[in-house]
Amino acid sequence: MKTLAELQAIKNRMKDKVILRDGLEGTRVVVGMATCGIAAGARPVLNELVKDVAEQNLADKVSVTQTGCIGICQYEPVVEVFEAGKEKTTYVKMNPEKAKRIVEEHLKGGKVVAEYTIGAAQA
Amino acid sequence: MKEISLNILDIAENSMKAGASLTQILIDETDNKLVLSIVDDGCGMSPEIVRSVIDPFYTTRTTRKVGMGVPLLKLACEQTGGSLSIESTTEEMDPENHGTKVTATFYTDHIDFTPLGDVVSSITTLIQGHPDTDFLFRHTKAGSEVELDTRQIREILEDVPLSSFEVIQWIESFLREQYDESAINM
Repeated sequence: MKTLAELQAIKNRMKDKVILRDGLEGTRVVVGMATCGIAAGARPVLNELVKDVAEQNLADKVSVTQTGCIGICQYEPVVEVFEAGKEKTTYVKMNPEKAKRIVEEHLKGGKVVAEYTIGAAQA
Repeated sequence: MKEISLNILDIAENSMKAGASLTQILIDETDNKLVLSIVDDGCGMSPEIVRSVIDPFYTTRTTRKVGMGVPLLKLACEQTGGSLSIESTTEEMDPENHGTKVTATFYTDHIDFTPLGDVVSSITTLIQGHPDTDFLFRHTKAGSEVELDTRQIREILEDVPLSSFEVIQWIESFLREQYDESAINM
């Protein structure tokens, strides 16, 4: 049974870990969570990203956040990756399996998964 | 929307945009009826705007001039024979007690009733995306209750963000265990 004491333990563990997330320094992963994104299946995509980023120990340098309608509803679920000094990557028609690969290959490995980008979808 | 839980996630986003500090997501099931209420203490809407949000061609966003959130929820409840109502008080009308209450009534024995779906996932997604605002979630049915109040969690965590993965995982297990032990099906 989950208890509030466990939360206390989480707090004690985390408070020593000073999180220096500058926002400008790290990588931002943004998931479109407006009506269009949600209806197309953004919720499990977001949850997979959050889980995989934590499990791959990337949480210190990668933040996963939500945003509204990005304006390309026909390509939802859409995930954008912002990295300092690099061009934005837009991944389209996402699903949890694709999200897993993006964490593994792009966020961890540093290599854009070209076949899932909007450029590949339009070609 | 394939699940009502997705409508919940979508409609609660409006409360975030309205600057709510506490958003209550309440589900009450009795016999063949499910009543969903989303109650916030945000900036509220004028009667004129309340009338127009039900119209699919009204939205607050600027990327495009249509908003489907409320109309989709209205459709989901009306197709079961139920109804949708919105009550709202603006800050101007009452500086002490303002906000919006969206109530959707569904008849669960109707063939066109959309399943509630993974409501736990919607709650954790909301908290992950909006760790600085509070949520009260309560699902009641036949004397059983599932409840989560982020104010209680925040008090324990102090400045540890609610969006931390460990916290989100704890919240998810906390809710799933309550569902497993209660007589409430998701």
